[in-house]
Amino acid sequence: MYDLGSIYQARAIEDAIRALRERPGSKLINGGTDVLVQVREGRLAGVSLVSIHNLEELKGVRLEADGTIVIGSGTTFSQITGNAIIQKYIPMLGEAVDQVGGPQIRNVGTIGGNVCNGVTSADSGSTLMVYNAVMVVQGSEGIRHISIHDWYAGPSKTVLKPDEVLLNIQIRKEDYEGYTGQYLKYGKRQAMEIATLGCGVLVKLSADKEKAGDIRIAFGVAGPNPLRCRQTEEACRQRPVNRETALFISEQVLREIKPRDSWRASKEFREQIASEYAKRAFIQAVAKQGGEIDA
Amino acid sequence: MLKIIKLFVNGKEEEVAIDERESLADVLRYRLGITSVKKGCEVGECGACTVLVDREAVDSCIYLALWAEGKHILTVEGLKSPTGELSEIQQAFVDAAAVQCGFCTPGIIMSAVEIIEKQKSYSREELKKMISGHLCRCTGYENIITALEGLVNKE
Repeated sequence: MYDLGSIYQARAIEDAIRALRERPGSKLINGGTDVLVQVREGRLAGVSLVSIHNLEELKGVRLEADGTIVIGSGTTFSQITGNAIIQKYIPMLGEAVDQVGGPQIRNVGTIGGNVCNGVTSADSGSTLMVYNAVMVVQGSEGIRHISIHDWYAGPSKTVLKPDEVLLNIQIRKEDYEGYTGQYLKYGKRQAMEIATLGCGVLVKLSADKEKAGDIRIAFGVAGPNPLRCRQTEEACRQRPVNRETALFISEQVLREIKPRDSWRASKEFREQIASEYAKRAFIQAVAKQGGEIDA
Repeated sequence: MLKIIKLFVNGKEEEVAIDERESLADVLRYRLGITSVKKGCEVGECGACTVLVDREAVDSCIYLALWAEGKHILTVEGLKSPTGELSEIQQAFVDAAAVQCGFCTPGIIMSAVEIIEKQKSYSREELKKMISGHLCRCTGYENIITALEGLVNKE
C-alpha cells in the first residue's frame, strides 16, 4: 500500500481545479509513473492526490482548422507515437516520447506529466522547445497560454500554479510546416533509462536544399531545464548545409549549455556528448529533408 | 477507508472493497488471490507485475487500483482454455525453454499477449525493444525472444 493522504478522483477539469484549491498541498496525478514512484521512494510520502487519470477530455490529439496541432495533456506516450496526426506532421515528437522508460510506462505515462514535473531530462522537453510549443493551462482565474520558453522555472519547477491544470500542448503550423527534426537521447542503457543528455534539432532548408533556412537546437540535461541554443541557431541561418556547418554547430553549442556533474555523468562528458549529438542530430534532420552531408 | 469498486478480471465481473491507497497489484494479489502478478521492484522497472488494462500492458505496481474501476484486467490466469490447457503463448514459452525461475514469466507473457494482438511480424531487435520493460534475473532473454519470434512470425 502507498503512503498517501487522501485521494480525490476529479470528474471534470473544473472539479480538479476546485479540489486543488480546497486541498492545499495536494499533488495532481495523471499516469502516476513519476508521482507514485516518488511516493514509494518517500520523497512524496503522505501526500494527498487529486487524480485526473480517467478524464477523457484531456486525452487525444487533434488538428485545428488553422493547422495547429493540439495534444491533450492526458495523452499517453504510446498514444502520441501511434497517432496519425503526429506521425504525419511532427514525427520527431512521436519518436522522442517512444524513448521514455519502457513499453508499460509509455502506455500509462502522459506528455502532460512529462512537462509538469519540470525535469530537464524529460524526453519530450527538447522536442517541444524546438517546436515552440504553447502550454494551455486552466486554473481558478481562467485559462492562460504559456510559451514553453517561459514554462520552466528552475530544477523540477514550472510556472504552473498550485490550482492550475495543464489542458493541452499546442504546436502551430508555422512551427512545423516544412521542418524535419531529430531527437537523440544518450543513456547507458537502450531502454528504461533517464537521459544523461538529450538533443533535438529541427531544420528547414532552402528550396534548393543547399542552405539552412531555419535551424533550432535544444538540449535536455544541459542545464537545470531544457534549453535552446539561440546564438548558435542565429549564426547558422543561411549557412550552407555541409560538414563545416555541422562542425560549427558542435563547437558553438558548448558556449550556450550549462551541464553539471551528477552521478550519471560528469560535466565534461556531457559537453562531449552535447557537441557530438548536436552535429549528428543536425545531419540526420537535414537528411530527412533530402539534404546530404558527408560527415 | 474502504471503497467498493467494480471491475472485470479475466472476463469475470468482480466487486471488491479496496483501500484507496492500494495499487492494482496489491488488489489483484491480496484481495482477489491472483498470484501470477508478481511484485518485484514496485517502482515500474522490472515488469514482473505487468497485466493488461483494457488490452494495454501496464505495470500494476504503479497503477492505483481505483483507476481500474469499470475496466477489463487480464492476467495469466485468464489465458488458459476452458479445458485448462495452456494458451499458444504459454506453450511457445515452454517449447523454447523461455522459463527459468519463472518470476518474470507471467509479466512477459502479458506483454506478449499485447504484442501478438497487434498481428504484425517483428524482427528480434524490434521484439527486444517491445519487452524492454521486463527484467529477467536469470538472464534468459535469448530464449524469451526466440519464443516471441516464433509466435509473431508464424505463417
